[in-house]
Amino acid sequence: MQPFRQFAYRRSADQDAPAPTRHPVVIVGAGPVGLTLALDMARRQVPVVLIDDADRIGEGSRAICFAKRTLEIFDRLGLAQAMVEKGVTWQKGRVFRGETELYEFDLLLEGGHKQPAFINLQQFYVEAALVDAVLAEPLVDLRWSNRLADLDNHEDGAKLTIATPDGDYSLHADWLVACDGARSPTRGLLGLEFRGEAFEDRFLIADVKMTAPFPTERWFWFDPPFHSGQSALLHKQPDDIWRIDLQLGPDADPEHEKQPEIVRPRIERMLGHGDFALEWVSVYRFQCRRLDRFLHGRVIFAGDAAHQVSPFGARGANSGIQDADNLGWKLALVVQGRSPVSLLDSYDSERVVAADENILNSTRATDFIAPRSPGERLLREAALSLAPLTGFAKRFVNSGRLSLPSAYAGSALSSDDESWNAGLQPGAPFLDAPLAAASHAWLSEAFSVGQAILLGDDATKLAPAGVFAIEPAAGDETLRQRYALEGGAAVLLRPDGHVAARFRQLERGAVEAAIERMEGRG
Amino acid sequence: MNAAANMAPAGGLTRESRFADPDAAFRLLTQAHRDLDERESAAFNARLVLILANHIGDEEVLREAVALAREAS
Repeated sequence: MQPFRQFAYRRSADQDAPAPTRHPVVIVGAGPVGLTLALDMARRQVPVVLIDDADRIGEGSRAICFAKRTLEIFDRLGLAQAMVEKGVTWQKGRVFRGETELYEFDLLLEGGHKQPAFINLQQFYVEAALVDAVLAEPLVDLRWSNRLADLDNHEDGAKLTIATPDGDYSLHADWLVACDGARSPTRGLLGLEFRGEAFEDRFLIADVKMTAPFPTERWFWFDPPFHSGQSALLHKQPDDIWRIDLQLGPDADPEHEKQPEIVRPRIERMLGHGDFALEWVSVYRFQCRRLDRFLHGRVIFAGDAAHQVSPFGARGANSGIQDADNLGWKLALVVQGRSPVSLLDSYDSERVVAADENILNSTRATDFIAPRSPGERLLREAALSLAPLTGFAKRFVNSGRLSLPSAYAGSALSSDDESWNAGLQPGAPFLDAPLAAASHAWLSEAFSVGQAILLGDDATKLAPAGVFAIEPAAGDETLRQRYALEGGAAVLLRPDGHVAARFRQLERGAVEAAIERMEGRG
Repeated sequence: MNAAANMAPAGGLTRESRFADPDAAFRLLTQAHRDLDERESAAFNARLVLILANHIGDEEVLREAVALAREAS
């Protein structure tokens, strides 16, 4: 994997067109979310124009923790294996108070999942892998040094003015997807409010290069001996790079704190030596906020442009990629005229719920790490002091609750067989399972076909065209158990892997009705 | 690790979490303090202790809870 690449601006034929060219989908922002969405849309045969105001992959490692659900999405797009090989696979963490270890945790899921709980991998490696895949994809037209300068949102599309080194040109986008990050210029052009909470404490985030014997675990300290009264985090990345987060308090001056002569002694105290190189340093203040709605006429928001969280819990990049996963198949159905525009309302409602869940978890963790009032600090200290003695207090200690996919309970796209309550609930994210005899070694791999999946003993006979059938083979006990596939039962999974419907007894009519509903026609 | 942690749990006091969502319970408590100063928080905590102690209504359990709170540091 080759990071840090610069790309040439190339003049597009659209810049010489006599009238603005019409494109079905334009995506703004070639970060992890925009690239994932572009690749997914292209695999669904939808041509995409992807513009980015920069001419390079962003520097600095930024997001580093990629969760199992995200890896399943990358695997569907053919990218996860290289990422897992390059990344640092981890599942354990330890939480300390001062010099005392309060507890350790293990995210190891039960067996029978293709992807690990988490890998750590610098964001630029993820972006590089996505860019390589996009460049090999003829249906994506990736335009560097193309900045969205103006936007006119109409009922049937958006008229875009794009600034380039050669001057401005115009495009018409039937759909514009803004994946342009926390400071989203698109959001600014539409004058949309981005509401939520800001946290007062500043945090130093540094990546240092060193060879160290620490295990590949997430280590978090409350009030460590080397950084009194504040918190600290240490986490390994590939290439002997270590992520260090140090809480600085509300009064820290970011420009001062970023200076190497200030940063180095802080990290030396933590590591007990100065044998490291500083790779990247940034000072942050965190926010948790979101747009009221992610759909604004023909403009759709995804990732940090739509919602922002603090980093405790690895819920930023992971939730953005899950936005892309939710949106891709729906927008393809709408663009191809197979579903009504109203299908996209479910993107808004489902991902708003997911964003709220992420914001809630991220806010709770940030409030625990940086209490906002004397009484809150007192309660935090009480929980920390009781944690070595009791199980209940350990459960109160919160150094970040790590990203898990949201369940879309109550989704308008779900159907349920009310006579039957077994296996996964409608709206739940799928659970992977190994497959003995099917065309794919894992259930998660079958999503690479790009279709919904019907799981059940008579699936092949009863799956309509365009739905991928999987029948449990001898030895597929994990699959049978996870989906309660007994006595003719079946489960319909959406192309993004969430449960659309479950059936006590599989019949063609019920499957067809569930598909109509799943695709927004029912 | 404190030696007391290894002792068998005493009779009535529950030391394992009883909340389905401990984070939500903790937040309920902390948010009650958000607009209070130090004195007000101490007074609030005292009232809450009495309310919860009465709700438990078992002197033995209360005795164990007091001992546990003194033991922690």
